[in-house]
Amino acid sequence: MATITRDQATGAGITDLERPGRATQRRLRRLLGQQVVPRIILIVMCAVFILPFYWMVALALKSNHELSIYPPTLWPHSLEWFNFKKATEVFPFWRFLWNTTAITALTIIGSVISNPIIAYGFSRIEWPGRDKVFLVVLASVFVPFPVLIVALFDIFARLHWVNTYLPLVVPRFFGTAFWIFLMRQFFMQIPRDISDAARIDGANEFQIFWRIILPQSLPALGVISIFAGIAAWNDFLGPLIYLQDASKYTLSIGLTFFQSQDSYDVKFNLLMAASALVVLPVVVLFLLFQRAFVEGISVGSFK
Amino acid sequence: MNPSTTVQTTVDESLSAAARAQGRTGRFHLPSRGERRNLVLGLLFISPWLVGFLAFLVYPIYYTFRLSFTRYSGFGQPTWIGLANYQRMFDDQVYHTALWNTFYYVALAVPIGVIVAMVLALAMNAPVPEVPVYRTILFMPSVLPLFAISFIFLTLLDPNQGIVNEFLREFGIHPPNWFGDTRYAKIAIVAIAQFGAGQVALIFLAGLKGIPQSLYEAAMIDGAGIASRFRNVTLPLMTPVILYDLILGVSQGLQVFTESYIITQGGPANSTNFYVYYLYANAFRYGGQMGYAAAMAVVLFLITFAIAILIFQTSNRWVHYDVT
Repeated sequence: MATITRDQATGAGITDLERPGRATQRRLRRLLGQQVVPRIILIVMCAVFILPFYWMVALALKSNHELSIYPPTLWPHSLEWFNFKKATEVFPFWRFLWNTTAITALTIIGSVISNPIIAYGFSRIEWPGRDKVFLVVLASVFVPFPVLIVALFDIFARLHWVNTYLPLVVPRFFGTAFWIFLMRQFFMQIPRDISDAARIDGANEFQIFWRIILPQSLPALGVISIFAGIAAWNDFLGPLIYLQDASKYTLSIGLTFFQSQDSYDVKFNLLMAASALVVLPVVVLFLLFQRAFVEGISVGSFK
Repeated sequence: MNPSTTVQTTVDESLSAAARAQGRTGRFHLPSRGERRNLVLGLLFISPWLVGFLAFLVYPIYYTFRLSFTRYSGFGQPTWIGLANYQRMFDDQVYHTALWNTFYYVALAVPIGVIVAMVLALAMNAPVPEVPVYRTILFMPSVLPLFAISFIFLTLLDPNQGIVNEFLREFGIHPPNWFGDTRYAKIAIVAIAQFGAGQVALIFLAGLKGIPQSLYEAAMIDGAGIASRFRNVTLPLMTPVILYDLILGVSQGLQVFTESYIITQGGPANSTNFYVYYLYANAFRYGGQMGYAAAMAVVLFLITFAIAILIFQTSNRWVHYDVT
């Protein structure tokens, strides 16, 4: 309203001068809203998100002497690369690395074998009640794992599985709801005609699964391998409950060695060097397969 | 960890497919040979899941329930003691503290998480060419192991050697001893949880990209400003995704454990003694209070479901499914 009255009052000549001014103003506002403000938010948040990892690396490279300096230095003065070697000697790093790798590998194998078979039964064969049963699969995601730890521990103890890798690995051979879901989504995108044609040619369901559907699903198998592998690598509560002998520990619980040795004299530089070594494979995998992660996110979670 | 809208759509599809199948074949009919064959084949293919579901989920739930009525150290046979474990929960001050701590954590971490993720998603939805770089940085922490992140925060928030307190001192703020102070320890753990916001932000971002541009154009013709467009177009259309994140966030929040195990061991003065931490400690630390821990597990199970149902029930008041 106000502008109209002003335009009317000042006359046409000035309105012409004002118009480009207002357009610039609008463009400026747009630039601010679509470019400047989002950028500032993103850059600040990225700085916040990077800070812990910068600090991990910075601490890992500090010498013992520099650690004792107060206030703490922001940037390590002399880069102690030797800390990484030392970190692998304070605790049985290579032993734990082997244990973790073995569990991770077996988890991947179990996940890659079981989930496609199960997902096939939930997507490429039509049987009465199938989709209702699938709702049960989805619902099972909502049961919090810690609710089960008391019973699972006792069940596995009675099977003499405690202090072995079996409780961590065997369940993965029976499918995981999220990977079943992910695989099923993938299978449903494959046209039905392909299966029908194979059936007419006399192929049975297992042949169709093994020879036709599975070879087309290698990208999905790759996604599941990465997610299942990282979930095993990152697992903390499982190994904490089931593994008792220190020689069987994973890296995740192995890192707590740094605290238990002498809780008042935790060597932060070595702790961070060891943490960096544990995190590094995940970072590399993430950077290599970022697209798979982003796509996996839109289907399900991997934690 | 969170499934996105796709979960919802698939559930809907499955339901409608089931309804259609029923309409087509009628309610009572004998299955044909082909149908029986498919049933057998289908069950055969899903049999690994069925076995695992019964062995590693249904039976443990039932077993937890049974153990909750016993005194059991983990050795020998459980002794039936009726409801004594549940009674004990009523009197156990530490249990009450753990329950309160956990609710406090969820009530802070989940809503803050939604807001942080929404701000990140809105920013990433802007036509900024270098968004993939930001996305990589923001998403990476959600992939990394929580135990490692906990160790990093242990050093990051250390009162003497940590960099955060050094920054605060630069700004003239007297920095707290985060994990050593009952007033700040929980808040520090809430802050750690926000480093997983990148994942939720990506789910939100996918939701934002799905909002038809025509709706914004229509709103702009009606003279809606940025704030009004967000409140009347973006937010209502995002509510289904927010609902999913809320339910999963609450479920995960109730399970908070690793941070307090690694950083604070429940302290100081039980201020970070969370539900699962106390459950774990009873089962595996305090000389095997397996029966009591089982009773706590049953209650956690019920709390999780009660809150999920509560959120679902209120959702028809604030979640919009069919705006488009």
